[in-house]
Amino acid sequence: MLNVLKIALRNLARYGRRTLLTSTLITLGVVAVLLFIGIAGSFKALMIGQFTDGVLGNLEVHRKGYVASIDNLPLNLNMQPAMVQKVEQVLDKMPQIDAYSERVKFGAMFSNFTETTSIRVNGVDPAKEAATIPLMPGRLVEGSKQAPLLKPGEILIPKLLAQGLKVKVGDTVVLVATNLQGSVNGKTFVVRGILDSASGPSGRDGYIDINDARSLLRMTQPEVNEIAIRLKDPAQLDQVDAQLSRELAGVTNQQGKPVLEVHTWADLSPFSSIVKMIDLLTLFIKIMLVSIVLVSVLNVMIMAVYERIREIGTIAAIGTPPSRILSLFLTEGLLLGLGGTALGIAISLAVIYALHLHKIVFNFGMQQGLVLSPSVSVRDVAVIAVLVVAMALLASLQPAWKASRMDPVRALSHV
Amino acid sequence: MSLVRAEKLVKTYRTGEVEVPAVRGVDFAIEARSLVAFVGPSGSGKSTLLNMVGCLDHPTSGKLTVLDTDVASLDRRAAAEFRGRHMGFVFQDFNLIPVLSVYENIEYPLIMVQNWPEQKRRAQITRLLEAVGMAGQENKRPDQISGGQKQRVAVARALATNAKLVLADEPTANLDHDTAYQVLGLMKKMRDELGTTFVFSTHDPKIMAEAEVLFTLEDGRLNNAKVAAKAEAAHA
Repeated sequence: MLNVLKIALRNLARYGRRTLLTSTLITLGVVAVLLFIGIAGSFKALMIGQFTDGVLGNLEVHRKGYVASIDNLPLNLNMQPAMVQKVEQVLDKMPQIDAYSERVKFGAMFSNFTETTSIRVNGVDPAKEAATIPLMPGRLVEGSKQAPLLKPGEILIPKLLAQGLKVKVGDTVVLVATNLQGSVNGKTFVVRGILDSASGPSGRDGYIDINDARSLLRMTQPEVNEIAIRLKDPAQLDQVDAQLSRELAGVTNQQGKPVLEVHTWADLSPFSSIVKMIDLLTLFIKIMLVSIVLVSVLNVMIMAVYERIREIGTIAAIGTPPSRILSLFLTEGLLLGLGGTALGIAISLAVIYALHLHKIVFNFGMQQGLVLSPSVSVRDVAVIAVLVVAMALLASLQPAWKASRMDPVRALSHV
Repeated sequence: MSLVRAEKLVKTYRTGEVEVPAVRGVDFAIEARSLVAFVGPSGSGKSTLLNMVGCLDHPTSGKLTVLDTDVASLDRRAAAEFRGRHMGFVFQDFNLIPVLSVYENIEYPLIMVQNWPEQKRRAQITRLLEAVGMAGQENKRPDQISGGQKQRVAVARALATNAKLVLADEPTANLDHDTAYQVLGLMKKMRDELGTTFVFSTHDPKIMAEAEVLFTLEDGRLNNAKVAAKAEAAHA
């Protein structure tokens, strides 16, 4: 095998310019794909992190039908205390769960005593919410970030609303809400902080203590209409989603039908479409890479066989087994792929490292100053390397097969 | 027992609907340790005959035995193995592998066809380099040596695996006469030293005179009168 390798290397060196051109094409393809994966992947991860760690959590549990009418923030689809208790029991037993936070979400009128506007409000347990949504304190542009984020009687309001109604930290405001029975109730709050807007749903919501929310809505029992969940490892999202859905299927109504449903962040955020588009683009770029490798290696190997027909005839005539001729040409294709891939990976890692050192800062929607840190996983690099090398081998297969099946007499008389 | 024996050997090529007879039922035998030439004008069937003896081509009919093996029955893989084990080839255009040095060209069949250990390889190549007068040139590439030297290397490569039969199709056609005689002298010398049988084809009258056994081909048939005359001359 070492001898085949030696001869294959020399054959590649014999057509140095062609070898260099093909290897460079493969290298550029690998660099393009790995850089795209690195940059698009880190953009995706950053944005998903903004949604999951800043607003939504990785998963959310609701009453069946709640999400379908979430724009109205219905109060008739709340989870009753027994259901909440069951969900908490299940979550407490799952080691993949890092934290969870019960929420009471409702629509209200917000007044600074001179002007009034509408607001979406989340009633939360401040400690649980901070554990589930760790980027929440970072969204505070005014007001103390010291825990707890909220005390009873305090409210966090979105920046746009604060600017529109000229409300400052420490001001007293009023929330007026209609409860399930249609009765209207109002309550005063002191503005504890002002939140920067976040992309996606609930990115411009206000926050109050969950007991204040229940009091404002005159709930007779501690109901909840949303439980946000944070995972220890976001990569386990699908597995936890499936397990939790299975476990909660046991919580049924009087007709024996499940009353709860689990949604991932992707089900709740329109950004999931962008994620799908990024994944599609990545796939498209991978297909382009495969095409580049296939076409360039196939071209080189067809030329190599065509130009060396007499040489193939000679080695076949002196008794070289067809399998050895096949392996000789396959090795040439393999070396082309390996060389281009190795160089491509080295350049990609160097560029990604450089981008890592010189952070890329960008704005997305309402969010400004997002820092992108491109990175590629060992798995991504391995997948690309295996893909390119496999394609180089595949592209060499037909010319190599043709060379190994060549009739020595015809090959020797080739002009 | 003859090294090569052909009986009623026929080779016909088909070009579309037309059948072109290249060899028309020849009988001959080649004894071991002989220097044999197939001679005749272009298109007389010399190369076709050599290709069949060298297991590069199959006869259309007839019987062809090489080293007690019915080579007509060998499939592609078996024929390659048979050639690699028992035969060596010398070509008109030398056909050395351009990316390999003189040493590596001779080494090629020992590593790619047979699997000789390195020490044994080195001893064999050193011996052959000296025998063909190429000692000291082993690191040169084919494009750095003359035509005569290339053919010497080709002879050494053909003998590397201790082939019992070396087939050479017009081995002197691309050489000047002095070099051609030197190459034929080398073949005789190697035949005497190693007991190898050399069979070559030529259409050059001066070169064919160097052969000890001559088979004259005309339109795919052997001219037995000329065979006999040469044999008688050799015995005289």
